[in-house]
Amino acid sequence: MAQTDAHALHPPTSTGLNTWKLGFWVFLSSETLFFGSFISTYMVYKASSVVGPFPTDILDIPLTSISTFVLLMSSLAVVTGLDGIQKGNRKQALWGLAATILLGAGFLGFQAYEFTHFYHAGLTLQTNLFGSSFFILTGFHGAHVSIGIIWLFILFMDILRGPMVPAKHALQVEVAGLYWHFVDIVWIVIFTLIYLLA
Amino acid sequence: MAQETHQVEHAHAEGGHASLRTYVIVGVILTIVTAIEVAISYIPALESVEVPLLLALSFGKFMLVVLFYMHLKFDSKIFSRVFYALTLLAALLVSGLLLFHVVLGEYRT
Repeated sequence: MAQTDAHALHPPTSTGLNTWKLGFWVFLSSETLFFGSFISTYMVYKASSVVGPFPTDILDIPLTSISTFVLLMSSLAVVTGLDGIQKGNRKQALWGLAATILLGAGFLGFQAYEFTHFYHAGLTLQTNLFGSSFFILTGFHGAHVSIGIIWLFILFMDILRGPMVPAKHALQVEVAGLYWHFVDIVWIVIFTLIYLLA
Repeated sequence: MAQETHQVEHAHAEGGHASLRTYVIVGVILTIVTAIEVAISYIPALESVEVPLLLALSFGKFMLVVLFYMHLKFDSKIFSRVFYALTLLAALLVSGLLLFHVVLGEYRT
C-alpha cells in the first residue's frame, strides 16, 4: 500500500529524484537571494539614520535570544514529527507537528511584542532608514513564519482527521519541514547580523 | 529488475535521514552555541574578535540545520549543489554590497 502511494506520488523521473522536492530546493535557493537582498540593505542603511532611535538604543538581545531558542526548538519539533511519520507513529507525528505550530506561534508572539515595543519607543517604518530596513526584513521573515504555521496546521489536521499514510505524509511534512528549517536558518543569520552585531 | 534496483538506489540516495537521537543532539548543540553567541556579545574583552567569532558560530549553526534537519548530509548531491551555489551567490551579494558601501563611504570622506 505504502509502496503504491509512494509510486503515485513519485513517478519515475530522468534524474530519479522527486521533482517536487527538487523544485522546492530551487525555490528555497531563490529565497536566499530574496533575504540576502534585505539583509544587505539593512546592513548598509542601519548606520545611515539621521534621527533615532538607533539599533543599539532599542534592540533587546535577551528577549530575542529567547525567541531564537523557541524557533530553534521548533525545528527540532518538526523533525521529531517527521521521524514519527516515517516510523508510522501517529502520536509522535501529531505531537511533533503540534509543538512546531505552537513554538512558531510563540515566536510570532515575541515578534509582535517587539514590534509593539519599538512602535511605542518611536520606531516605525517611516522614522528612519534603520526602522524601514529593520521592519521590512524582520516583517518578511515573520510573514514566512506565518505561512509555515498555516502549512503545518493543514498537514496536522490532515493527519488528525484521517488515517496517516506514511509514504504520502512523510514527503509532505518533509517538504514543509524544509521550508520551516529555511525560515530557521534565515533567523540564525538575522540574529547574528542584526541583533548580536548591532 | 534492473530498473527496480536503479529506483531503489535513487530512493536511498534521496531519502536517508538522521535518527531521532541525532536530531536531539543537534538541538542541544544549537542551544549551547546560541548561549555562547549571546555570552560573547556581552564580554568586552572579546570585542576585537567578536565579529569573526560570531560569524563562525552562526555559520556552524547554519550548517548543522542544513546538514541534519534539512537532510542535505543524506540526500542527493544535486539538492546540495543547487542550494550551496545560490546561497554562495547570496553571501557574495551581501558582502559585495557591504564592501561597495565601505569603499564609497571612504571615497566620500
